[in-house]
Amino acid sequence: MILRLRALIIKELLAILRDKRSRLLLVVPPLMQMIIFSFAATLEVKNVSLGILNEDSGQASNELAQRFHASRTFRHITYLKGDAEVAPLIDSQGAILVMRIADDFSRRVESGQPASVQFILDGRRSNAAQIVQGYASQIVSRFSEELASSVPGAPSVKLLERNWFNPNLNYVWFTVPSLIGVLSTLIGLIVTGLSVARERELGTFDQLLVSPLKPFEILLGKTIPSFLLAYCEGLLILGVAVFVFRVPFNGSVLLLLGGLAVFLLAIVGIGLFISSLARTQQQAVLGAFVFMVPAMLMSGFATPVENMPPWLQVVAEGNPLKHFMIIIKGVFLKDMPPAIVAANAWPILVIALVTLGAASWLFRSRLE
Amino acid sequence: MPEVLASIQGVSKSFPGSSVPALDNIRGEIRAGEICGLVGADGAGKTTLLRLLAGLMEPSEGRITITGLDSVDDTSAIHERIGYMPQRFGLYEDLTVVENLHLYADLRGVVNEERTEAFERLLRFTDLARFTERLAGALSGGMKQKLGLACALIRKPRLLLLDEPSVGVDPISRRELWKMVGDLVDDGIGVVWSTAYLDEAEQCDTVILLHEGHLVHNGPPDDLTQHVEGRVYLVRGIAEDQRRQVLARSLREEAIIDGVIQGKSLRLLVRVGESLPNLPGTAEVTKPRFEDAFIDSLGGGPGGESALAAGMTAIRSGDGTPVIDATDLTKKFGDFTASDRVSFQVHQGEVFGLLGPNGAGKSTAFKMMCGLLQPTSGRAKVAGLDLKTATSQARSRIGYMAQKFSLYGDLSVRQNLEFFAGIYGLSGARKRSAIERMIETFNLDAYLKTSAALLPLGFKQRLALSCAVMHEPAVLFLDEPTSGVDPLTRREFWNHINGLVEKGVTIMVTTHFMDEAEYCDRIALVFRGRVIASGSPDALKSESIPGREASLEEAFIALIERELGKTEKGAPA
Repeated sequence: MILRLRALIIKELLAILRDKRSRLLLVVPPLMQMIIFSFAATLEVKNVSLGILNEDSGQASNELAQRFHASRTFRHITYLKGDAEVAPLIDSQGAILVMRIADDFSRRVESGQPASVQFILDGRRSNAAQIVQGYASQIVSRFSEELASSVPGAPSVKLLERNWFNPNLNYVWFTVPSLIGVLSTLIGLIVTGLSVARERELGTFDQLLVSPLKPFEILLGKTIPSFLLAYCEGLLILGVAVFVFRVPFNGSVLLLLGGLAVFLLAIVGIGLFISSLARTQQQAVLGAFVFMVPAMLMSGFATPVENMPPWLQVVAEGNPLKHFMIIIKGVFLKDMPPAIVAANAWPILVIALVTLGAASWLFRSRLE
Repeated sequence: MPEVLASIQGVSKSFPGSSVPALDNIRGEIRAGEICGLVGADGAGKTTLLRLLAGLMEPSEGRITITGLDSVDDTSAIHERIGYMPQRFGLYEDLTVVENLHLYADLRGVVNEERTEAFERLLRFTDLARFTERLAGALSGGMKQKLGLACALIRKPRLLLLDEPSVGVDPISRRELWKMVGDLVDDGIGVVWSTAYLDEAEQCDTVILLHEGHLVHNGPPDDLTQHVEGRVYLVRGIAEDQRRQVLARSLREEAIIDGVIQGKSLRLLVRVGESLPNLPGTAEVTKPRFEDAFIDSLGGGPGGESALAAGMTAIRSGDGTPVIDATDLTKKFGDFTASDRVSFQVHQGEVFGLLGPNGAGKSTAFKMMCGLLQPTSGRAKVAGLDLKTATSQARSRIGYMAQKFSLYGDLSVRQNLEFFAGIYGLSGARKRSAIERMIETFNLDAYLKTSAALLPLGFKQRLALSCAVMHEPAVLFLDEPTSGVDPLTRREFWNHINGLVEKGVTIMVTTHFMDEAEYCDRIALVFRGRVIASGSPDALKSESIPGREASLEEAFIALIERELGKTEKGAPA
């Protein structure tokens, strides 16, 4: 049995590695995706266009406007002359934020009364608008703090922020480790997904079935090579993350490698399931994407799982990528202790048992 | 002399990346009111020539004119004048028969009354009127080809190009297709009929015969067969268990350049100026076939030796129990019974053939025998082992060669050999010697590092055969082993099979190819899921058409028609 299995594993690996195109396919697109993802999938907002409607002409309002000039976030500042210009500016996306300073602003500040400014935001770009609002509020509140501290004897509370694990909120530190999960899922799914479908399409599958190989040997012979290739892919991306992108690796390598192994078992199970179902390679690739896109969206890669409606959060529990994302980011950035890794790994193990079990059941029942 | 519709003037075509041209200096003419057979094996260049004729490609050298128009400069004018039916005709399987017709009518701009008339004419002509609402995907092979033909004829062409119209079509539908094309020719249309079946060449008015991109013959088929007139002998009266040895022996003779088994007899071709050497049995001159002449023009067939069989240990004779034993094999897919109580026994050293049109159930029966399908009921035993219980052991005694040489195209020749040795559990010295023997036997040395997908067709077949027999199986299953293969490669293949049979290997083969069926000791004719007749090829011939010497194809049609008559009488209207 070992002999037959070995022959099958060698054949699977050779079939992929001998072909120049599929060799390239294993290395180049993931690296490209890695570069694209890490620079494109950023939520930072820079070079914001701002409109200021200053109805006041006092010193305080000018001072506040100057603060915005000084900030590096806001690049294009348009001064508006009246209410009527606000709507057209936002409509034409000339500014994402218009700050309106009322005509009594300076007077009230000087007399020590509370004064207010109004932010008008472009809700069509809700995400960016929220972030811009954050930046703008920061500038305004710092301005008001300074005003308060200039009045002797006035009490003041100063806000000091510290970002743990990623002090400068460098987005690459967040994206690149997540890509280890995303890209090894992609490769694992495609390689496994194609493996049975390709043989079906070429007619070599019958040749395997008439040989003394038993169905579970064929299944193992398909699982192991795909697992190995996806694992190498994960290691490649890990290497690039640490040595090229210089993302600090704070945790235990062994924990990450162990987590990756469990995770890929689950993915290979899903890949085999798709592969047993698909008649052609085309169907297999389509099937892989049908799984891939929702799995990515529900993994916490782009949007936090906690933001989703409760029923969807329950569904997300069945997504191996969601659990693995926690392990990856945890081990990478904050040296997650083994106990917590294990707490996130056992659901993946359960999912792996389910997917592998379902795949082998489907594989056997589709042999007819 | 009828009008010349197409003239091929010294046409060559090379494809980038290939050192040998796909076509080399081809000449020929296609006339109105004639069927021109474009004959050759797979890879001989038939489809390339048809695509050149249809103006879909440009020749590398030479020139083609269609009704006087140049195939490169006047492509759109040519498309108005021709009908082209590609190999797998572009039918939309999810559309009904009539929707397909409408689509092609739209594409060809046939509208209003012209369309109504055309549909009426074509549906009557193809006898598809009863099936207009059926999905094209649910049609049988023969009906698909008829619908394809109808779509190509929507606007009546001057020249009709048909790429292998008879592939996947049962003999009865094949005869109908020929009749339909005959009617078109009577109307003055010129037809090009491409085929790998050499017996079809004899029915054509002229033939363009291709072999590996070269023109072998251009002209009426009789002009070629004339060359071998009086040199083809049929040797009868050889003891049944002797004819393979006698064939091997006669092929060793200098004077004999080709020989095949034809039922109980041998068909031998004698070199020019030589006479038939002394052989057992009685020899008489027989009417030459196109295939005899083709082999003659290629300088004769391969010898009769099989290095493969020579190196193999003989299998000891068993105790007389059948090696392949099928009892009441039934397979149902839902309501449909694909195989209905099929039973047969094959004894050691026999070649047994399952013959039948596509979709008749021969593949289903075949797959149950090699363990690819589980029978709904009944029992399949191979080498005394039940395929249901002793699956893995039974399979280790089986060799299997699939229709399209299921090799791993991305793996090299040696890696393929290693893999198949591995999954059949060969290891160590046994594995090494088995692989070495295959390399030596089939001259695979030069190709060891070549990917299997890039091998020439003949070598692909050799590799597929070596992968199937490396573990010295007791039973060899062959699924349409030589369809589309040129006659030389086919002879070489059967030499090996005959050699293996001499060593005691039992062979089971499916085929829809009559020439291949002639090699069998016994055949079972499968039709609508049941075995409707079985026996030796000669017995089937004389049983179905008594009193004259019929071809196996005629016998086949007669037996099916008899069966159809029976069911029509038996079934209530």
